[in-house]
Amino acid sequence: MEYSSTLEQEKENQQLGEAVQPWQEETAASPQDLGPESSGPWEAEWTPDPGPLPRSSLAQTLESGGRVAEQAASSSPTSPQRPLPALARQDIGAPRQLNGVTRGTLDAGTPLSDPPGESADARVSAPPSQSRQDTTPPTQQPNSSSNPSNPKELRPGSVQEEDWSSRQNRAQSGPRASEAAPSTLEIAVQNAKVYLLRDSSKTGLNLYDHLSNMLTKILDERPENAVDILENISQDVKMAHFSKKLDTLQNENEMLPTYEIAERQKALFLQGHLEGADQEMEDEIAENSLPNIMESTFYFEQAGVGLGTDETYRIFLALKQLTDTHPVQRCRFWGKILGLEVNYLVAEVDLREGEDEEEVEEEDVAEAEERDTGDSEADKDEEGELPKPFYKPPQAIPKEESRTGANKYVYFVCNEPGRPWVKLPSVTPAQIVTARKIKKFFTGQLDAPIISYPPFPGNESNYLRAQIARISAGTHVSPLGFYQFGEEEGEEEEEVDSGRDSCEENPDFEGIQVLDLVESLSNWVHHVQHILPQGRCTWFNPIPRNEEEEEDEEEKGEEPDYIEQEVGPPLLTPISEDLEIQNIPAWTTRLSSSLIPQYATAVLQSNVWPGAYAFSTGNLSSAVQWSWRAKLPGIRVATRATSQNSDVSLHHSP
Amino acid sequence: MDSESLLLSLELAAGSGQGLSPERRAALLTSLQLVKRDYRYDRVLFWGRILGIVADYYIAQGLSEDQLAPRKTLYSLNCMEWSLLPPATEEMAAQMAVVKGRFMGDPSHEYEHTEFQKMPAEGEKTFEDDVVVQVKEETRLVSVIDQIDKAVAVIPRGALFKTPFGPVHVNRTFEGLSLSEARKLSSYFHFRDPVGLKNKTLLEKADLDPSLDFLDSLEHDIPKGSWSVQMERGNSLVVLRSLLWPGLTFFHTPRTRNHGYIYVGTGEKNMDLPFML
Repeated sequence: MEYSSTLEQEKENQQLGEAVQPWQEETAASPQDLGPESSGPWEAEWTPDPGPLPRSSLAQTLESGGRVAEQAASSSPTSPQRPLPALARQDIGAPRQLNGVTRGTLDAGTPLSDPPGESADARVSAPPSQSRQDTTPPTQQPNSSSNPSNPKELRPGSVQEEDWSSRQNRAQSGPRASEAAPSTLEIAVQNAKVYLLRDSSKTGLNLYDHLSNMLTKILDERPENAVDILENISQDVKMAHFSKKLDTLQNENEMLPTYEIAERQKALFLQGHLEGADQEMEDEIAENSLPNIMESTFYFEQAGVGLGTDETYRIFLALKQLTDTHPVQRCRFWGKILGLEVNYLVAEVDLREGEDEEEVEEEDVAEAEERDTGDSEADKDEEGELPKPFYKPPQAIPKEESRTGANKYVYFVCNEPGRPWVKLPSVTPAQIVTARKIKKFFTGQLDAPIISYPPFPGNESNYLRAQIARISAGTHVSPLGFYQFGEEEGEEEEEVDSGRDSCEENPDFEGIQVLDLVESLSNWVHHVQHILPQGRCTWFNPIPRNEEEEEDEEEKGEEPDYIEQEVGPPLLTPISEDLEIQNIPAWTTRLSSSLIPQYATAVLQSNVWPGAYAFSTGNLSSAVQWSWRAKLPGIRVATRATSQNSDVSLHHSP
Repeated sequence: MDSESLLLSLELAAGSGQGLSPERRAALLTSLQLVKRDYRYDRVLFWGRILGIVADYYIAQGLSEDQLAPRKTLYSLNCMEWSLLPPATEEMAAQMAVVKGRFMGDPSHEYEHTEFQKMPAEGEKTFEDDVVVQVKEETRLVSVIDQIDKAVAVIPRGALFKTPFGPVHVNRTFEGLSLSEARKLSSYFHFRDPVGLKNKTLLEKADLDPSLDFLDSLEHDIPKGSWSVQMERGNSLVVLRSLLWPGLTFFHTPRTRNHGYIYVGTGEKNMDLPFML
C-alpha cells in the first residue's frame, strides 16, 4: 500500500527525470553504515531489495524524481510502460548525448544501464549535503556486493553501473521502511531539485541535466586536476550539444597551416639579424629603395582603405625581403588582388640596369613561335591539293621593350607575406587586347588556365599581368606638377608619333591645397602612359612591311592601304579628361575628414576601376601620392575612348 | 557585425581592403550605443557601407529578441545621425529592377525612368505615353539592402538556435566552428527565413537537428561557386566573400565566438557571375 501511494506521488513528480539516482546512491551508501551521511529521513525508506524488483523500480525512478520513486518498486507491471513516455519526454528537449545514449540503451529494454551514468553525475547535484567523497567510498562497497546479484544488466566496466545496481538494491528496501510524510527537509530538497530542473528560457537546457552531463564526462575521462579545468569542461559539454554525432575521427593536422605561416612570418621578422648587420644597415639607409609604406598606409587609412596595420607591416617586411633577394632599384607596393582561393599581393619593381636575362629568354620564345607558324604554313603548301588559304593572320604586334610603355615596371606577386615572390612575365599587346574583352575571376594559382571567349593567350599569370598593366595605365595619378617632363626630351615634332614616355619628379613641386585637389579634377594628372587599343603605349606600325607588297594587295583588296595611327591621350593629361561611364564621372573626390579639414587628405576613388585609390596631402614638405589597388575579384567597367572613334565603348572587362 | 565587438570585427574583416577611417570608426562606436538605447534594440549590427558618387551611406540594423524577425534598418551619411528606413516591400523591388548604376549618395536624389505605355489605339502608336517614373534613392537603398540580406547574409551553424515556441535566439554556448567544419560551406547558413527547407527529402531531414538546422545552407546556392572561402593567417581566420554581391565579406575565427559580416561596396549585383567563374 505504501507503494501505491508512492506511485501517485510519483505521477505527480513525473518531470523530475533521472534525479532518482543521486538519491539512490546516497541512500545506497547510507542505509547500512553511514548514518551521519544520510541526507535525510527519506533515505531510511530505501532498503535494498535484490531481485527483479530493482529493475522496475529503477525504471520508475527514471521517470519520477526524488526519493518517492523507489517506493514505486511495487508497481512493477506498470513500470515498463512508464520509462518509455518519460524517456520520450526527455528526448524532446535539447539533445543530450550522454543521456540519449543511455536512454537508448534503456529503451532497448534494459532499464538498468541508464541510471548508472546519471547517478554518478547526479551525485553532486543533489542538494542534500552529501559530498562526493563521502559517497564514493561507500558506493564502492555496494558495487562488489551487488555484482553477483545483477550480472546481466551491468554494462561491463562501468563503475557507475555497479553503484547503481547496488543502489537499486538499497532502493528497494528504502520505500518499505519509510512511511513518514514528507518532512520539511524533503520538501526543501524537492524544491531545490525543481529549481535545478527548471529549463533556461534562452537555451532550453536545465542545470540539472548539464551538471549530470558534466559529471558523466568527468567520470568517463578522469582528467587530472579536474577541479581546475571545470569551467572548460562545462564549456565543452555545452559545445558538444551542437556537434553532429557522426564523426569520431579528429583531424590531427588542422592547425598545421597556421603554424607554417607563422613560422614563415617569423622568418620575416628575423631577417634583419644577419652577419654584418651594422654594415648592412648603413647600406640600406643609404640606398633606401623601399618606400615608407607605413606612412602611406596611415593616409590611406584616413580614407577608409587599408588592410589592417598588422598585415601591412608584414607586407612591408615582405617587400624588404624582396629587395634583399632581387636586384631592385626601387619598389613599391602596388596593391592586393583578391582571388577565389588565394589572394595576390603585387609589388611594382624597377629592376636595376643590366638585369635583362628574363627578357632575352622571352625573345627567344617569341622567335620560336614565329618559326613554328612558318612551318605550319609550309606544311599546308606541301599538301597541294587543299586550296591555299588567302588568309594571312595579322602580324603579331610585338610587345614593348622592357622599361618602356606597358612593360615599364616589373611586377612581382606573392600570395601571403612570407611566401616567396614570383616574377610576372612581361605583357604582350595581344594579351592586353584580349583582357579588355573578357571578365574573369582570379583563382589565386598563377598557372591556372583562363578559359574564355575570345581565348586568352596565356594563363593566369599573363592575365594578371595584363590587368595590372591596364589598371596602372588607367588609375595611377598624381597631383598636377608633381611630375614633369624631363629637360632632355625637348623635340616637339616627334611628340605626335611617339608621345613622351617618361616623366620625372619635379623637385620644385610645392604642393596643391587639399581643397583644390578635391574640387577640381584637373589638378590631377595621369603619370603612366595610356595604352592604345593596339595594346601598346607607343604605336607600332605594321605598315612598313606591307608597303612593299602594296601593289599586290591592292588587287586583292583585302588589307587596308593605310592603318590609321592610334593616338591616345599623352602623358600627364589631367584626369578631368577621362571619359564618363554611364553618366558618372570617372573619378570621385573626397576629403578624408569633414570635421577637421585642415589636416584632411584628398582622396580620389576611381569609378572605372573600383578599388583604385589615390590620395594627396597638400603639405608643402611632402606631397605624397599613392595608388592602391585593393581589388575585388575582377569586377571592372572600363571604357577606353580612342581618337579614331569617339564613341565610348562600354565593355565589362575583368 | 555586432556593435559590441566592432573594433575587433573591423580588424578581422580588413582583408578585403575596404574598411572605415578612424573618424568613422570612432563616430560609430558612440552613435551605435545611442541608437541601441533610443530604439531599444536587443542587438545593433553595423551592416556596412554603400559607396555612392557623392557620399557614402553607412547602414546599421537593429534586431529584437527574435533574430529572424524583420529588422529595422537605419542609414546615416556621417555615422552620427541615423534615420530609420521603411521596411522593404515587393513594390519597391519591382521598381528597383529598372534602376541601374551607382548610388548617388544623396538620399533625395530621384532616378528618372521613362516607361513607354502603349495605350490601345487603332493600329498606330499614337497614344504612346512616356510616363516618367521617378524613383527615390532612399527606396532604392531599402530594396538593395533587403536584397543583399536575403541573398548573402551569413551566419555560422550553431550561432542561432530555435526554441520550440518559435523565436530564434542567439546561442550563448556557441563556441565557434571547428577547423574542419569551418572550411565547408555547409556549416554556414543564410541569415533569413528559410526557403528551401521544405523541399528537402525526408532522408536529408533526418540528419538535421531541428533546433540548429532550421535555415538554408550556403552550399546549395546557385550558381555553384558563388562563394569564395579563404583561410587567412594560416588557419586562424575564415573569410567568405560573396561573388554575387561583391563587397560582402563574412569572417569567423574558428573555435571562438567571433563572427560577422559586412558589406562595403557599390550596391550593384554582379550579373556577370556565371561568365566569370
